Amino acid sequence: MIRKLVRFLDQRTGTAPLVRKTLRYLFPDHWSFLLGEVALYAFIVLVATGTYLALFYQDGTATVTYHGPYLPLRGQEMTEAYRSVVNISTTVKAGLLIRQTHHWAADVFVASIVLHLLRIFFTGAYRKPRELTYWIGLTILIVALLEGYLGYSMVDDLLSGMGLAIGYGVALSIPFFGSNIAAWIWGGPFPGQHEFFARMYIVHVFLIPALIAVLLAAHLGLVAMRHHTQFKASRRETERKLVGVPMFPGQAPRSLGLFFAVAGVLFLLGGLVQINPIWLWGPFHTYSSTNGAQPDWYLGWLIGALRLVPSFDLVIDGYTLVPNPFWGGVAFPGVVFTFLFLWPLMERKVTGDTAFHNVLQRPREAPWRTAIGVAMVTWVTLVFIAGGADRIDVLFDISYTAQIWAYRVLIWVGPVIAGVVAYRACIELQRGEPVEHDRERAEHEAKAAATVQDVA
Amino acid sequence: MARVKDLLVSAALLAAGRRRPKLHADREPIVPPGEERPGSELAVIVLLFATALFAAAFIAVYALDRLPNQTQLLGASLGLAFLCLAAALILIGKRLVVTEEIEEDYPVVEHESEQEAIAQVVADSGSRFTRRRLVKASFGVAGGVLGAALITPAASLGPFLDVEPFYATTWKRGRRLVDEKGKPWRADDIEQSTFYTAFPEGADKEALPSSVVLVRLPPHDFKLPKAIANYPAQGIVAYSKICTHAGCAISLYRAPLFQPDEPRPALVCPCHYSTFDPATGGTVLFGPAGRKLPMLPLYVDRKGYLRAAGTYDEPVGPSWWGVRMRKPKPA
Repeated sequence: MIRKLVRFLDQRTGTAPLVRKTLRYLFPDHWSFLLGEVALYAFIVLVATGTYLALFYQDGTATVTYHGPYLPLRGQEMTEAYRSVVNISTTVKAGLLIRQTHHWAADVFVASIVLHLLRIFFTGAYRKPRELTYWIGLTILIVALLEGYLGYSMVDDLLSGMGLAIGYGVALSIPFFGSNIAAWIWGGPFPGQHEFFARMYIVHVFLIPALIAVLLAAHLGLVAMRHHTQFKASRRETERKLVGVPMFPGQAPRSLGLFFAVAGVLFLLGGLVQINPIWLWGPFHTYSSTNGAQPDWYLGWLIGALRLVPSFDLVIDGYTLVPNPFWGGVAFPGVVFTFLFLWPLMERKVTGDTAFHNVLQRPREAPWRTAIGVAMVTWVTLVFIAGGADRIDVLFDISYTAQIWAYRVLIWVGPVIAGVVAYRACIELQRGEPVEHDRERAEHEAKAAATVQDVA
Repeated sequence: MARVKDLLVSAALLAAGRRRPKLHADREPIVPPGEERPGSELAVIVLLFATALFAAAFIAVYALDRLPNQTQLLGASLGLAFLCLAAALILIGKRLVVTEEIEEDYPVVEHESEQEAIAQVVADSGSRFTRRRLVKASFGVAGGVLGAALITPAASLGPFLDVEPFYATTWKRGRRLVDEKGKPWRADDIEQSTFYTAFPEGADKEALPSSVVLVRLPPHDFKLPKAIANYPAQGIVAYSKICTHAGCAISLYRAPLFQPDEPRPALVCPCHYSTFDPATGGTVLFGPAGRKLPMLPLYVDRKGYLRAAGTYDEPVGPSWWGVRMRKPKPA
């Protein structure tokens, strides 16, 4: 049966040698190599659930009066867009499950990309010959952030609108062109023309998903062409020899299993753990907002940055050079991503290392990289936590103002301390290694000697 | 009868019987053989049936409409179906297929002769060109201008050059202040220690310049600069409701009702907690906003209704490069 099928296909495509090679393609085995796979599987769930949602979503901004089954909203004026998502959540059977699964999948998608990025960074996996793979991956992360933002903005509930207002404020703050860019994107001052929703819709359901798919294909294609990096687990792994489990039969069932596990967890979350109950927020109006609003986790660092900047617009003789939201909304993520994009080049310039690398480094083996990476992570994390200072105020009654002032200092001191500690830790771990080796060998020899005595 | 018996026997064999796959003794196996693991095999079969069971439960829950907690049951059944399938596959991967750890050479680092050949093909192909630089420049011009032509229609998205609308407002002298339903506000309606939202009568409520917050303060609290000293009416002040930081609505009013009545009353935006002082013309007390709140001049007409005495003292909404260059335009 299998033979017949293989012959049929080979005679028509001539791909038997390629398929044979692919079946025996090697995957080095380490749990951290699965983080990128999780992102891929979350993306597949996003496309599947998103397609379903698109069959019910309407992008209209015409005002309608709600007459559906959800009593608290009855008689309220809202846009067609918001009504359609309320309907998906209340009257479409399984609609709420699919919507919540889609939202959870988006959060998991970005989370696994970020964890994957940390693994890549701290093990030096981006080094030659894999810089292209790394840059494409970073691009996917940026596009994914925009995709998530558009996704929850399209719903047009109160939180969506607040998020869009902030996006508009950040666009306006771009020096020299702010109002021009905002007028161009929104079709005029906020809330803009009706077409704006059609634009968000097509970008969210077609342009960006297609772009992510293309980038993913390139990312995975590059991985396959250069093969996967590996840790030096034994003497067998070298820069020239790859040790791993073949795609078939070893890796395929595991990867498929991971895919279904990701899907399973996402559907469990979608069914059992409420996320973004948009019917509670109500429709958006430019003149309403609510306290205690937090964005999806992956935009928390930007909220934190926007909140931390002290009160000032940079003004030169009546010309507003840099309006305030620019620092938190554009400059801060700009610095972080510029750092990430340029890091492989900066590292090569400093170390002069132009060799090919297939064996990964452990963080301790590159103390400077680890220290700088830890400092960056600390910086972004502190800004992220600062974004939740209002919740800390409510939960623990610690003054918001005092917290913000503390963070304004801490985000600069914290990374330096964390970097120094990380550097020292790397050095100490390195120093400890020969001692550890000696101890293990001594213990081993003692054991062997004891066994010999027993036998004697 | 015998046929039925045969069928039953074969079904039982299919369910319980075990059969080793035939081994070809005449050829070397590519995947090395391993020992049998009937326990894991049984577990895989059980998990696959569990998958089917949960998937069927999903269909049943969907079909049986009006079950309480339908979303939870749907999510649990579908999620568990996926997880059982995942467990079966991982079990196959870890316990049932032979785990080989094999070695392979990494791909060759580079192909120097091929690189050379590619460069040569390109170089040799241009032997008929004599004015290469000019041809290249022509391609540059053609590509640049054609590219510009192709992105030109994108200008239709919005008025890139026209920033006039950013100075426009929906207020002018005489406009009454109305509530969300369109009912005019009387000065007597406005009490201390709370705040009200108002709109210009007959205008689009969603336009950013429309919404204002109304607050009444004790008259001796005011510390207004001269230019806007006459903006309040009977102790009532009106400020644009749109935060000058990032454009959210200012929907919090910090007004201590009992001792100690510090800190002072303030208007707060819940997005990034920009905090504005209503007694001083909307200056920033705390938070990231880089500009004071635009203030709307008021007066009370003979019937006691609140009316605008003009438009704001500053443009409304988040700052942009030109926000300090001109005054806003009345409707």
